[in-house]
Amino acid sequence: MEPTDTSKPDYFHRVVDCQWACPAHTDVPEYIRLIAQGEFTEAYMVNRESNVFPGILGRVCDRPCEPACRRGRIEEKPVAICRLKRVAADNRDDISVLLPKAPHEKNGKRIACIGAGPASLTVANDLLPMGYEVTIFEQYAVPGGLMRTNIPAFRLPANVLDEEIGYIVDMGADLRLNSPVKSMRHLLESEKFDAIFVGSGAPKGKELDLPGRYDSDRVHIGITWLESVAFGHVERVGERVLIIGVGNTAMDCCRSSLRLGAKDVKVMARKPRQFFKASEWELEDAEHENVAIVVNHAPKCFVTEGGRLKGMMFEKLEYDVENGDITATRNLGDIFFACDDVILAIGQENAFPWIEKGIGLEFDKWNVPKVDKTTFQSTLAQVFFGGDAAFGPKNIIWSVEHGHQAAISIHKFCLDEAVAERMPRGVTLSSRKMGMHEWAYKNEYNGVERRLVPHVGLIERFKKINIEVELGFTAEEAALEVQRCLNCDVQTVFAAKLCIECDACIDICPVDCLTITHNATEPELRAHLTAPATNGSQALYVSAPLPQTARVMVKDEDVCVHCGLCAERCPTAAWDMQKSTIRIPHAIDEEVSLCPA
Amino acid sequence: MSYINKPKVAHPSLPVNTLGMTRRQYEGSMSTLCAGCGHDSVTASIIEACWGLSLRPEQLVKLSGIGCSSKTTAYFVSGSHGFNSVHGRMPSIASGANAANRKLTYVGVSGDGDSLSIGIGQLVHAIRRNVNMLYLIENNGVYGLTKGQFSASADIGTKAKRGDVNSSPPIDPVLLALTLGATFVARSFSGDKAQLVPLIQAGLRHNGFALIDVLSPCVTFNDHEGSTKSYTYTREHYHAAVEADFVPLAQEIAVDYAVGESLPVSLHDGSQVILRKLDPDYDPTDRTAAYNYIGNKLKKNEYVTGLIHIDGSDSTEFHNLNHTAEAPLNSIPFEKLSPGRAALDQLMGRFR
Repeated sequence: MEPTDTSKPDYFHRVVDCQWACPAHTDVPEYIRLIAQGEFTEAYMVNRESNVFPGILGRVCDRPCEPACRRGRIEEKPVAICRLKRVAADNRDDISVLLPKAPHEKNGKRIACIGAGPASLTVANDLLPMGYEVTIFEQYAVPGGLMRTNIPAFRLPANVLDEEIGYIVDMGADLRLNSPVKSMRHLLESEKFDAIFVGSGAPKGKELDLPGRYDSDRVHIGITWLESVAFGHVERVGERVLIIGVGNTAMDCCRSSLRLGAKDVKVMARKPRQFFKASEWELEDAEHENVAIVVNHAPKCFVTEGGRLKGMMFEKLEYDVENGDITATRNLGDIFFACDDVILAIGQENAFPWIEKGIGLEFDKWNVPKVDKTTFQSTLAQVFFGGDAAFGPKNIIWSVEHGHQAAISIHKFCLDEAVAERMPRGVTLSSRKMGMHEWAYKNEYNGVERRLVPHVGLIERFKKINIEVELGFTAEEAALEVQRCLNCDVQTVFAAKLCIECDACIDICPVDCLTITHNATEPELRAHLTAPATNGSQALYVSAPLPQTARVMVKDEDVCVHCGLCAERCPTAAWDMQKSTIRIPHAIDEEVSLCPA
Repeated sequence: MSYINKPKVAHPSLPVNTLGMTRRQYEGSMSTLCAGCGHDSVTASIIEACWGLSLRPEQLVKLSGIGCSSKTTAYFVSGSHGFNSVHGRMPSIASGANAANRKLTYVGVSGDGDSLSIGIGQLVHAIRRNVNMLYLIENNGVYGLTKGQFSASADIGTKAKRGDVNSSPPIDPVLLALTLGATFVARSFSGDKAQLVPLIQAGLRHNGFALIDVLSPCVTFNDHEGSTKSYTYTREHYHAAVEADFVPLAQEIAVDYAVGESLPVSLHDGSQVILRKLDPDYDPTDRTAAYNYIGNKLKKNEYVTGLIHIDGSDSTEFHNLNHTAEAPLNSIPFEKLSPGRAALDQLMGRFR
């Protein structure tokens, strides 16, 4: 193999699995260390820089970081990254002085954001401090978008939303509530906006057009129903409820039903559990509340009698599954489930009835706008898309990242620069060596198991719909959980020319990551290391030839616990523990500013 | 030394031996030697060898004297028996322990100071008596614990860290053992685990005294320019004459060996050592030839490494020579070990 070029920022970035997996590249190990030191405010601000809504995301993020976490490969459970974020948010001091401020003198550019969801709010958050005037159009009386209407208050309390949205709006955004945009043409022509950002989400729930669908008024579309619940328009539901679909929306629907009078709630799944779309923890929370999840049942028709819903007919299915794929399906016959209400939670899509044809904004054959994957620019140069509106439903953290990228594009567009030319990411490294054997981070591996977040009791929590179920970590539990983080951002950095091949690092490495060997192809190296490197998704580091024997040092990054013992046992400091800081460019990092000096 | 202990966490797919144990379970406490010490690599090789032999930790006895090398018995196989003796007196303790229980596996770890200066009188008699043990000399040419004075194995012309040049001739433990009739004599290098691990395994299984002289650089006091026992010098003057592959009992020989270059030697327990001659003229079973070969190479400043000499014939070890009891003393009933006054009187009667 060629020697690894660690000067490229992606190499060390990938080692920090959580940060690499996070769409917004939140510097997770850094904020976990700050929490460990009791610096909650600073931890909150590190979060806010990349993900903008730490309090919200600390409760409801889809947490792609956690399945990626290295700890999950060493023992079973990853670090509770998401809930630690909430610890930072819950314990922060007043941060008003630390927030970015919008300058008094504006730069003369006006931006319209459509929809007050996470994508638009992120655009506003990034552009307001640069002197832009940002107008946000929101169809409802409150901002937040799907975070407000689709996530029940027992998971995400309104005051958390209000506070974090407030930080952005209070910078001076012109938030126009109850102002749905009815015509894109009108917006383009009538008001003078230099750029328009469409962050209107994916507000259209998918239909299930089976016989009997429209014969009663007790069949509901999940996201519309959740919206009605959020605004208090729906306050009751029947005793027996069937939820169709097993995504995260289905989990919110079944748990909301239990709080609106339902006693018997079943989530009906077409396929076996391994094919569910819902996150494992959301399934667990629902099952903990005694929701039954019924697998292998495909909906066939709605059964009504004189306009009253009686139940639903399903086909019971049986599958053959090989290597995670369904190879055969058998129908075992029909089966009837009685119910009072059916909630359809089988997906959602974006919809733009308010964007006219023929204004230069092109849609593809599925009626989805053509949007560039890097710049988020549409075929109409001054119109940008982001969040669920761009590529269909994802989740909040993706919307935030779309917002960041769109803000960069909008800034470049306003400067008349090529929007496709993006600033590269960067990496800085600095040694953590403090003395002979001391490091400026806690390098000792702590074997403590993942801590559980305490919940409100199973009786208490159903008394009102807005009782937040999760209580957040206690100080004691948080103090233990932070010690589980392996500090993957404190990198093992190797200087081949200093190595005397004494094997000390290899002998001390607790997880057998290191090998000195003759260079070979990657598959050969992977098979013959001290411990075989079977996880192909994790990089091998290969050094330059070593001075004495021209062999190479190979490190399998897979299960390195970043304990620093290789560097501690190295007599020549060929290994060093260096903290990597990945620089993720945001709009404010662009060199040219439109602000008056 | 380090401030933290080696974490207990291990690679999730570490292989296990026939006892179901991973290599990590053969470790001892954390080394307090200097970072980069060759001795730590020897420790790692012993761990690897014991794990590979599926040795039960409680069947291993580790013995040592005084010195950096002698500290290392604490760093491997913590579940085994151990005795850290007075300076240079480890061979006596080993002989005593061995006399009391021949069922255990004995490994002595010593250094060039402990074995070739203060303890040389002990070492030569342990070899002469053919005590059934593996005797490892971690040889770095200096007294590390007392800050780097020349030891008895320092070569003529080697330079100390402060610049003094050694003028006394060295004692070479390999030549010494050959003259004393040792039946297993090897030399290796701490930086070559591929060579050292099978040597340790064969040495542990050899019936009789097995000596391995391991060149193990002192990274603090003898790893500089001008030293003849530094990592660099050793690598440059390293001459592998004969490699040994250890094949445990009940395992097929998996490698195809070229005819004439390989020489299988059976060990007492039925396992085998396959000697691969890298120099076709060399015969490791011929003691005199081996002595001459090593001596000639040493004159040219070359360290010959590998299994230098092995006597494949069933060597007559300590217990055979002394007609001792087969059973360990701790398994013989007290009445038999100490038959009482009447038996003593009877014995004394024979001398009256």
